[in-house]
Amino acid sequence: MKSYHLDHLDYLETEAIHIMREVAAEFERPAILFSGGKDSICLLRLAEKAFRPSDIPLPFLNVATGHEFPELLEFRDRRAKELGAKLIVRSVDEALEKGLAVQAPGQISRNQLQIPVLLSAIEEFRFDCCIGGARRDEEKARAKERFFSFRDSFGQWDPKNQRPEIWNLYNGRLNPGENMRVFPLSNWTEMDVWEYIKREKLEVPSIYFSHQRRCVRRGGQWVPDTKLMPAKANEEVKELIVRVRTIGDIISTGCVESPAATCDDIIAEIAAARVTERGSRADDRVSEAAMEDRKKAGYF
Amino acid sequence: MTVTHHPVDLLRFNTCGSVDDGKSTLIGRLLYDSKSLMEDQIEALERSADITGGGQINLANLTDGLRAEREQGITIDVAYRYFATPHRKFIIADTPGHVQYTRNMVTGASTANLSIILVDARQGVIEQSRRHAIIASLLRIPHLVVAINKMDLVDWSEERFLEIKDQFEEFLPRLDIKDVKFIPVSALQGDNIVTLSAHTPWYPGPTLLGHLETVHIASDWNLSNFRFPVQWVNRPNNPTDHTLHDFRGLSGQIAGGIVRVGQKVMILPSGFSSTIKQIWTLDGLQEEAFSPQSVTLVLEHDLDISRGDVIVDAEDLPGASSDLHAKICWMNPRPLTPGKQYLIKHTNQTVKASVTAIEHRINISTLEKEDGITELAMNDLGEIRLKTAKPLIYDGYAINRLTGSFILIEPGTNTTVAAGMLLPPTEVARPEYRDFAI
Ligand SMILES: Nc1nc2c(ncn2[C@@H]2O[C@H](COP(=O)(O)OP(=O)(O)O)[C@@H](O)[C@H]2O)c(=O)[nH]1
Ligand SMILES: [Mg+2]
Repeated sequence: MKSYHLDHLDYLETEAIHIMREVAAEFERPAILFSGGKDSICLLRLAEKAFRPSDIPLPFLNVATGHEFPELLEFRDRRAKELGAKLIVRSVDEALEKGLAVQAPGQISRNQLQIPVLLSAIEEFRFDCCIGGARRDEEKARAKERFFSFRDSFGQWDPKNQRPEIWNLYNGRLNPGENMRVFPLSNWTEMDVWEYIKREKLEVPSIYFSHQRRCVRRGGQWVPDTKLMPAKANEEVKELIVRVRTIGDIISTGCVESPAATCDDIIAEIAAARVTERGSRADDRVSEAAMEDRKKAGYF
Repeated sequence: MTVTHHPVDLLRFNTCGSVDDGKSTLIGRLLYDSKSLMEDQIEALERSADITGGGQINLANLTDGLRAEREQGITIDVAYRYFATPHRKFIIADTPGHVQYTRNMVTGASTANLSIILVDARQGVIEQSRRHAIIASLLRIPHLVVAINKMDLVDWSEERFLEIKDQFEEFLPRLDIKDVKFIPVSALQGDNIVTLSAHTPWYPGPTLLGHLETVHIASDWNLSNFRFPVQWVNRPNNPTDHTLHDFRGLSGQIAGGIVRVGQKVMILPSGFSSTIKQIWTLDGLQEEAFSPQSVTLVLEHDLDISRGDVIVDAEDLPGASSDLHAKICWMNPRPLTPGKQYLIKHTNQTVKASVTAIEHRINISTLEKEDGITELAMNDLGEIRLKTAKPLIYDGYAINRLTGSFILIEPGTNTTVAAGMLLPPTEVARPEYRDFAI
């Protein structure tokens, strides 16, 4: 007899498709945040699952730091084209020029500077909802996040005053100026993401797989050696066989030494991994509450 | 984390109990002992232990992610955690014990297959334990585990364990929970969490994790009554593939039962009949699909169907009414008062509703129904009557958690103010409801 029972990936998938369709049905001007990273690649697949054979009824929005891995940009543009979607790119460079964002003295990483760029893009296009690929397992403050995460008219998140989220009934109602962030992958882990990429045979940017790269030792991790922040004389530089687990601003994205060349290798590596994926991002290690503070200020 | 080479299923559970019963410690222990913790997480724990804990690792810090929680040493909001064993994947909702956060407990429990209620062995069953068991029962969580914690502080006494079990079993018959398991544990020291404890030779097992890995959850979804609330009308715009020119699909998540190609269905509230022509998915056409899969249905007839309509088995109709009777948990600081207008979100539609009467409040210590109530305050549980602007197509919550549940939203502030569970319908949907179609 046939078993009418979903395995864990099917369950996570149907939950996410349901959420995508709720967004398309309940918001007037929703968008999908697409960075070209592995989580947002899964989001796009889920959008296909939710809306085909129709066109995906949401434009893709990318907030570019200007410090991207080149492989990521190429992939982002190509994937959006393949899916026949409208891709909107707003960049930190542009925002710095216009004075919308200001670099703090000594601040080189641009992850923080994405906040004003995102908020002004939301205003420019009057987006009332942005679907993001954040997962609760990434970080402690994210673990408290709702699927439908309400933001006030300043784009801020108030963790103490979140709407209760019960069953699969999402309350997406907003007053003018307010905004919703929606995270269909909330319940996915890093492992689920890779198992899904494998199952769905999704292409991901090559930097997720093992490659040779000149790296510099900084803050207890290897980061790419780039012209943006050249290695100082006292810093150790090495040619290594590495891959990235999570992609941010190129100068603060940790590279892990790895021979993993396929999805299967990565899945085996994660299974044996002894540090979390965010353990390789310097921006989260600033303080115990680093992510909470960024989120309150309007980060993804 | 463990690699899983075969499909594994997913168990969702929440932990509840009073403040300091050890919920956060228990979750930390499950993560730690199942080797789901990573070095940087352990290091972060050790770092904060050196600063604040006098060198003692605090497992609770793993889940208490917000600054205010760490400072006050309490859990404010639901925190979700993930771990896996070779047998199952788990999603944990760590729900707070403070009375003022009961709404979060309801949130965490609403999607759970199983609830763990922690009881401090020194204190025994207290009002909060009862309240949480009642919420679990109201929400129809199929499985309950009563973890009697801090056994190390009562000398691992079997007598004490049995005493607490008796206290709990005394009020169980009044609840609607079929499967209850009692397990003596020490979350702090790890006894009976992953391995059986030498301290409790009188306890035959299973361990908490052993139970979580094996409890039978296959029948937790309704597979008997086909229900399909239409979520989104799928109509390609100028498709390049001309076979799609007349494609009119109805997308949604199956909220109950099984659907097959060729099945006779009725569309409610209009009452029109049709037959399932295709079950469309990105992975190809399917012969059948079941709850809670998300699919796109194509019908034989081109009917006017929109979001909020429900497609059901023609032989097995749900209830339909604009006069509703429900149990609710009130979640807002401003009390519920009869006569006030709200919005009700039920499956995929949101309509106006007013509360016509509060029938009674449920006393959560005695489970008695208290009459003559004029308002329900935050965290109160009660039974109410509602009138909606349009009939709802629904089932009793006991039969179907998805077509039997709703939320109330306060217009203006847009906050979610109540979680509701519908009592069984008294009127079955009839084609005459065509009159109500807009
Ligand atoms: N002796 C003992 N102490 C425990 C046990 N479980 C938890 N505790 C302690 O009880 C206190 C409250 O624990 P916590 O996990 O924060 O409780 P919560 O409020 O339910 O999340 C902490 O000091 C824990 O170390 C146990 O099994 N034995
Ligand atoms: Mg706690």
